[in-house]
Amino acid sequence: MDRLLSDEKRTELVELAKRIRRHIIKMTTEAGSGHPSSSLSAVELLVTLYFGGFLRYRPGEPGWPDRDRFILSKGHAAPVLYAVLAEAGFFPVEQLWTLRRIGSPLEGHPNRKRLPAVEASTGSLGQGLSIGLGHALAARLDGRKYRVFVLLGDGEIDEGQVWEAVAAAAKYRVGNLIAIVDHNGYQQTGPTREVLDLDPIPQKWSSFGWHTQEIDGHDLDAVAAAYSAAIETGDRPSLIVARTVKGKGIEAVLDELGDHNMHGKPLPKGAAEKALALLA
Amino acid sequence: MKIGQRIGLKLGKATRDAFGLALAEVGREDPSVVVIDGDVHNSTRTEYFAAEFPDRFFNVGIAESNMVGIASGLAASGKTPVVASFAAFIMCNAFDQLRMGVAFPELPVKVVGSHAGISIGADGPSQMGIEDVALACALPGFAVVVPADEPSTKAATRAMIAHPGPVYLRVGRPKVPIVYENGCDFQIGRAIEVRDGVDVTIVANGIMVAAALEAAHLLEQEDISARVLDMHTVKPIDQTALQAAAEETGAIVVAEEHLHYGGLGAAVAQTVGELCPTRLAFVNLGDRYAESGTPDELLEKYGLTADNIVAAVKRVLD
Ligand SMILES: Cc1ncc(C[n+]2csc(CCOP(=O)(O)OP(=O)(O)O)c2C)c(N)n1
Ligand SMILES: [Mg+2]
Repeated sequence: MDRLLSDEKRTELVELAKRIRRHIIKMTTEAGSGHPSSSLSAVELLVTLYFGGFLRYRPGEPGWPDRDRFILSKGHAAPVLYAVLAEAGFFPVEQLWTLRRIGSPLEGHPNRKRLPAVEASTGSLGQGLSIGLGHALAARLDGRKYRVFVLLGDGEIDEGQVWEAVAAAAKYRVGNLIAIVDHNGYQQTGPTREVLDLDPIPQKWSSFGWHTQEIDGHDLDAVAAAYSAAIETGDRPSLIVARTVKGKGIEAVLDELGDHNMHGKPLPKGAAEKALALLA
Repeated sequence: MKIGQRIGLKLGKATRDAFGLALAEVGREDPSVVVIDGDVHNSTRTEYFAAEFPDRFFNVGIAESNMVGIASGLAASGKTPVVASFAAFIMCNAFDQLRMGVAFPELPVKVVGSHAGISIGADGPSQMGIEDVALACALPGFAVVVPADEPSTKAATRAMIAHPGPVYLRVGRPKVPIVYENGCDFQIGRAIEVRDGVDVTIVANGIMVAAALEAAHLLEQEDISARVLDMHTVKPIDQTALQAAAEETGAIVVAEEHLHYGGLGAAVAQTVGELCPTRLAFVNLGDRYAESGTPDELLEKYGLTADNIVAAVKRVLD
């Protein structure tokens, strides 16, 4: 496969990914709650999007009409979004340590009313793809060229509304809509395969008329190649199924804790220190 | 939780825990009880039922509308289905299914919403069920129950299963003070007088019952005698208790962990307005969403405190 990322760029993204993982651990352990494992599986997906040259945005002007949209439909992964937005310059990194504190715009789940850098208020699963479709249709109406990226969880796609949006996006041939499913294999109460098995995901979406790809969601080159293919699909909406690991980067710590889902649990202080050492 | 500490109330289990434990108990006695989950049984505590009765437990994934539709079919075939998710998700996401599949055909589906109110804390407003009581009350034939503490939630869970029609039961995330140290005589539709008084009545439910008791204690020090009614059933509301309160105390304050419109306050105002117009004041969340924070910080910032009830009492007595 052609490598889209230069060696310098890749090195930069690898470092950024590590830094963002450290932010996620620190933020959630400090807050005493939150969803670090759900955030860690999406780090390469967001780092490549925001820093690999795929998402066009202006940190000083979050409402810039021509910006590309990124919607975190799996809103409980807010820590990864906040960490990326801070590194991108939307707000100071120091603000990350106010996560979930009273008065902070960095709420437990993204709230666009209080944090304008957030594209959509989420936290009730299943709704982001419809909102993304709305943005994509507005681009067509306004003759704008922006693209809309939506990140969903593999448990989240249990929701019927997701499939309503899949069908409608195919009907309206929105080539500027790109859905990414963070296929980390777990949802809140267990492995997706046991709770509600929706594999094979790409086949299901392609039967609706979507362009689909399946990749290793932690391989920066693969993620970059998938984004670049996804934005060149003409008038077909595009799905990227990213095979990921929930809690990626701190597997050894999760091993010790005996929990590979760790859904909605911050690391205890000692475990967080070990995790930070792994990510140094 | 700080509420109730000033008057020495002991902290009991969270009402979601009390519900989950009672549900497993009822499951042992009544084989018609089945439970439908939407990937949250470790949050709603239907996990205890699931562990004991795996064959009568269905985790259908993150799909609240589907959960309620399935419950409708199970009820029509003679089962007693309990559908449980976060209050916000089960009431808001599945409202049409509750309407067409449960209320309209009058099927005995038991709907349980956990993580109700702002006292869930740091997860923030998207996870807080604060419209749920209004929505449930809007559904014809539904009984709407908001218990105050661990013992009354256990009793309410049993009453919910025994009740012939559809029920909405609202439970919360944090540990809450025990109001009924010695158990309680819980009947759907019958308010419990937890403290007698003659100058004013505080009508409350959920965690605000403990806050009301605390307020009554503070008021006593100022020679104001406050009656406290635990109006755990918002619908059908206890008209007799409200009429007596209006006639005997002449002023009513309503306290709830819910939005202003469509909750307990609205139900009390409608009833009292018709039976015995009385001065009223309300302590609730108003017309807004909250934010992230600790439960105590949020209750303070959004005005759900004993001190605020005291202030409201002074307004109605003024
Ligand atoms: C409508 C709705 N139902 C239930 C929940 C509770 N909930 C939060 S995260 C989660 C699991 C999500 O799993 P997945 O989409 O796979 O995300 P992951 O954490 O694995 O990235 C659930 C059930 C919710 N937020 N919204
Ligand atoms: Mg998942």
